[in-house]
Amino acid sequence: MGTTESSIVDSARARPGLLLVVLLGGLLLVDLAAKLAGLSLGPLGGSVSVDRLGSNLWNGVIIGLVVGLAGIGLSMTYSILSFANFSHGDLLSTGAFTGWGVAFLIAGFGDIPVRTLLSVRDAGSASAGDIGAHIVSTPIAILVGLLAAFAITAVVALALDRAFYKPMRDRDGISILIASIGAALIVRYVIQFVYGSDRRGVTASVDASNLAFGPLGLSVNAHELTIVVAAAGLMLAMHFMLQRTKLGTAMRAMADNKDLALVTGIPAERVVTATWIIGGGLAGASGYLYVLLRGTIQFDFGWLLLLLIFAAVILGGIGSVYGAIAGGLVIGIVFTTSTIWIPSDFNEAAAFAVMITMLLLRPEGLFGGVSTA
Amino acid sequence: MSDDSARPSETEAPESATAAVIDAARRSDLGLILGTLLAVYLVAALLTFTDGLNSVVGLMRTLTFLGLVYALAALALNLQWGYAGLFNIGVAGFMALGVYTMGIVVRSPDPAFGPPGFGLPLPVGILAGMLVAAVVGLLAALPALRLKADYLAIVTLGISEIIRLFLQSSAFDTYLRDTLGVGTGGGSGMGMPRNPVRELFLVDGQANTPTALGDFAFGTFGESGLGISNTILIDWAYIAVLAGVVIAFFVLLERLGRSPFGRTLKAIREDELVADSLGKNVDLIKIKVFVIGCALMGLAGILWFGSQGNVSPTPQFMPVLTFYVFIAVIIGGSGSNAGAVLGGIVFATVLFEGPRRVGASLRDVIDAETPPSFADAVATLDPTAFLAFATDNIAPLQFVFLGLILVFIMHRRPDGILGDRIETAAAVDLSERPSGGETDE
Repeated sequence: MGTTESSIVDSARARPGLLLVVLLGGLLLVDLAAKLAGLSLGPLGGSVSVDRLGSNLWNGVIIGLVVGLAGIGLSMTYSILSFANFSHGDLLSTGAFTGWGVAFLIAGFGDIPVRTLLSVRDAGSASAGDIGAHIVSTPIAILVGLLAAFAITAVVALALDRAFYKPMRDRDGISILIASIGAALIVRYVIQFVYGSDRRGVTASVDASNLAFGPLGLSVNAHELTIVVAAAGLMLAMHFMLQRTKLGTAMRAMADNKDLALVTGIPAERVVTATWIIGGGLAGASGYLYVLLRGTIQFDFGWLLLLLIFAAVILGGIGSVYGAIAGGLVIGIVFTTSTIWIPSDFNEAAAFAVMITMLLLRPEGLFGGVSTA
Repeated sequence: MSDDSARPSETEAPESATAAVIDAARRSDLGLILGTLLAVYLVAALLTFTDGLNSVVGLMRTLTFLGLVYALAALALNLQWGYAGLFNIGVAGFMALGVYTMGIVVRSPDPAFGPPGFGLPLPVGILAGMLVAAVVGLLAALPALRLKADYLAIVTLGISEIIRLFLQSSAFDTYLRDTLGVGTGGGSGMGMPRNPVRELFLVDGQANTPTALGDFAFGTFGESGLGISNTILIDWAYIAVLAGVVIAFFVLLERLGRSPFGRTLKAIREDELVADSLGKNVDLIKIKVFVIGCALMGLAGILWFGSQGNVSPTPQFMPVLTFYVFIAVIIGGSGSNAGAVLGGIVFATVLFEGPRRVGASLRDVIDAETPPSFADAVATLDPTAFLAFATDNIAPLQFVFLGLILVFIMHRRPDGILGDRIETAAAVDLSERPSGGETDE
């Protein structure tokens, strides 16, 4: 027993920052328990209902799944091409606008002018209710839209790679990072030029789409359920691709040790192409799902989400797909549950603070050292 | 400024007279900067001369102001990135810290006029703004400088967003009012203290009570003289102050660059490991540079946004502002102070204001109604209507253009326009071989 204790003391001495974070986390947990029990211990405690905590957690999981899905692509390009891709957020917007254009086309074809549908209500005067896109009333449109978001964004990501990043393969990470800022500006403002700059509603409201879960007091709506199913499905597909296929093995090898992978004869460019297709496609799909969750769309929403996605990827450890998913969930839950302690103005700041703390204390991330691609 | 003149590649005979002029201008940084400014003025005059002298001078004022403030911010960033290789993409946050602190310190304590402040004199406010930016820079630098460059980038971007979210928050505003008795104004922002330059010309800044100097200036150039509006004249006086600050910044940074400290900096930029092995305290020097750079960014924020009447966290201090400053530094070539000034001027005039002005002028020429949306413009199948839509929506196209420029520079000229003039780390010019020395054989 003595040895364990002294080793804990030693490691606490060596990592004072870590100790501080553990203490703070413990304090918050005690405080949360006190709040749930309705006790007041000096500055701690107060009251938070179980229902509120439950719905915070549930919302956090949903946002976390979307962010984690987007993070997979960012993490893969980060580890395989060794640069932080600042245009990744705008791939989310690309997927959302093109995917919803297709979903609208199917949902409202015949009744509403095609230009209104394809431009996601930028042209014309039809309201979101007129088009009536909703998973309950038009499930096929929503699903085809998701597939279109994946496919079109994959093509866009690949085109960006060929035009901007391929000529810079052998350059240092910072140069490519700067070029990716340029690419981000191009994508974002082409979207604004084509789809307009105003925020607008997308999904229609349908009665009886809320499914209540009695004991937890949770109210889950059909869109949230769609997001969970779609995101989990895509993540599972990703898992089997990485573990069971030759391409997946090659990707993991490239992410783990690029030189070694090249020496063993892995076709680097083909793996890079696959990375952009999968990473870009998942980004597009997650942007589409994010709009399904929020119900509104705006040309720069992906860019505004980018830092949260970075936070998820860094938290999980760059290069790890599973880390990105786990990081996304943590960031999502921090994002929603932090409102128990701080005003909701700061929930984004709390997520960034978690990311910065992680970078300072453990830059390799939660799953660091375990390169699973 | 002419210590590169002896470089062998530039002593070759130029091919033509124009080439000779360009060559001479290239050799002198000052000549290049003034030449660029003249060219910008010429284009501005051509664009507006039909509207009279007042609009010509007015446009020149806008362009010069933007050019100078971008030059200022680019110089500060160049110190961090160009000299020490610190990839700080939180510029917008540090500028916001500077200008907000200045505003809070100087604003009147009376809450009747918006968010209350401490009511201290302006110089105290400016110093406090720089100090707060420096202190936050220090807090960020202490742990973050150990990180890889791209991690530092993400951390600084995160810090800049956290700063913006705090300034945006009404809860933070209320908290400050309850504890310190001052406020930020939250999302609606705060008004800035009166510009002292204005008071040189107008008693108490009131439009109809000119001082003696104001009487003279308005009488000679103003409505009763050359017909230039008083506001534009006062703005030009402020621009003169700004130009003075840019020159002072430039001289300070040039001297810093040539001091032993600056040589160490350049050594760190070229090869950190070597500098470390030679016994230089790399971490300490990096922290110093980061803190100085942040203080200068705070000052740049004060001089830029503090003169604009009102500041608000969104959209003024969105991360895109940081990228503008980065583009300015990249155009000029990181590591060159003259390049940073030139990059600031070129970015602000040619890339930032230029497309808007040209687009507006083109729009006036096109005789067609603007379609309400892109889809409608395409649906008309009429190139004129499409052009009308494009020129009316020049703002997004301008950003696309900026992005293309950025990618193009990274592909073709990663060292920027002036980047080939890398300042040597050595105190003496190593390319100049002593003549008449011994030979090896």
